[in-house]
Amino acid sequence: MVKVFGQFLLFLQSMFIRSERVKVLWNRTLDEAVLIGIDSVFIVSIVSAFIGAVTCVQIAYNLTNPLIPKSTIGYMVREMTILELAPTITSIVLAGKVGSSIAGGLGTMRITEQIDALEVMGINASNYLVLPRILGAIITFPLLVILAMVLSILGGYLAGTLSGAMTAQEYVEGIRDTFIPYNIAFALIKSVVFAFLVSAISAYRGFYTEGGALEVGASSTTAVTHSIIAILLADYVLAQTLL
Amino acid sequence: MIEIHNVHKSFGDAPILKGVTCTFETGKCNLVLGGSGTGKSVLLKCIVGLLKPDIGSITFDGTVFTNNKIEIRQEIRKQIGMLFQASALFDSMNVFENVEFPLRMLTPDMSKGERRDRVEFCLKRVGLEAAGNKMPSELSGGMKKRVGIARAIAPNCTYLFCDEPNSGLDPLTSIKIDELIYEITHEYGITTVIITHDMNSVVEIGDHIVYLHKGQKLWDGTKDEILNAQVPELKEFIFSSSLVRAAKRIEMEGGSLEEIRQEPSKDI
Repeated sequence: MVKVFGQFLLFLQSMFIRSERVKVLWNRTLDEAVLIGIDSVFIVSIVSAFIGAVTCVQIAYNLTNPLIPKSTIGYMVREMTILELAPTITSIVLAGKVGSSIAGGLGTMRITEQIDALEVMGINASNYLVLPRILGAIITFPLLVILAMVLSILGGYLAGTLSGAMTAQEYVEGIRDTFIPYNIAFALIKSVVFAFLVSAISAYRGFYTEGGALEVGASSTTAVTHSIIAILLADYVLAQTLL
Repeated sequence: MIEIHNVHKSFGDAPILKGVTCTFETGKCNLVLGGSGTGKSVLLKCIVGLLKPDIGSITFDGTVFTNNKIEIRQEIRKQIGMLFQASALFDSMNVFENVEFPLRMLTPDMSKGERRDRVEFCLKRVGLEAAGNKMPSELSGGMKKRVGIARAIAPNCTYLFCDEPNSGLDPLTSIKIDELIYEITHEYGITTVIITHDMNSVVEIGDHIVYLHKGQKLWDGTKDEILNAQVPELKEFIFSSSLVRAAKRIEMEGGSLEEIRQEPSKDI
């Protein structure tokens, strides 16, 4: 465990030795950001809209006390979405989609000697292949989390009003009630940390794949599992330290 | 010239290279010959810097590569071209982009037009001028090897390394790839090192041959000397092929290997 963590740190360090030109890295980062971002919009939209809707319906179902105003449903949807559901669930979904893609892609490059080809050319493969993926994830995860927040709250609005659980006015009132802007900043900090963890862990698993096609699959699975565990641990640590 | 001096390499407790010392001459096709598991590929990976020898030194034209400053190793690496066993073409790039890639990365001063001209020249040189837009997945094994050669020579490499260039190819395509490597080596005066266990390549293009057995160099010489080598392990390796035995018999009966080579359809 300690040895693996040490290797992981050395892997991160290796990205900054013999760095390629800034222009090359910038172009690669933009390519990766587009790949990670655009390809994930659909799944993030679907997941977050439904989570918002389900959260709203379930809160309404449990909120039977007539003394509690209906606007509380909107308030609770907002708080849960911003603080936890949007950053964490979105990152877990992305760990499955982006993490497996990064680990599988790099693993395939490793077993087909494409990474060796880069090294022989004198190119630092971890700098050229991994750093842009991590930067691309750090750029796109917060954007996807913002999208998830908006769609989740919208999903709650639609579910709440269409099911008759509350009026649109009550929902909007709850959404606007005692809003703390820091919560948005906290969610974005979490998304940046999760982006780093998912992309770096997945890249590490993929980069050091040994063997054949079977091992590439195993690397992808391990990358997703480890990324999700890391997200949950980091989620707890961040909540303890920043709230 | 590449000089290998007393190179040792182990993986865990298993020694793979046990003090290999040899020289690869400039402007020649240097073949590293040996059976499976004798350490050929490990030696090649040590030479190009993918593995670090435990002991020993590797020198490129007088400049020590092993354990030298990273800047010096980088400068040497920029002069290295390599053809991998499975070609190692970048899946996400088409043929043109694959060949252009080392130019884009290693020669930033080169203009787009100069790069295009160089890529077109290299693709023409390997006979693939019409395949620039194809993706690696659309190419045959022989075409992939040709693209790999074009990519290796694109940045005007001084040293060319080929890891089993004939693996997975039919005999005719193998001969064509061998001939291409031989022509390029002599045309540009490149120091070429080829890892192989293919005796046909030895007879075709082996200017200088190094025979490895169980991680040690047992013999070196030319293709004209190899059939008369008196090393038992090498003799066993060479004459395990009935084709080579037949060729040797013809040579002993007064014929020559050159005649056999010129008449491939001759019934032997």
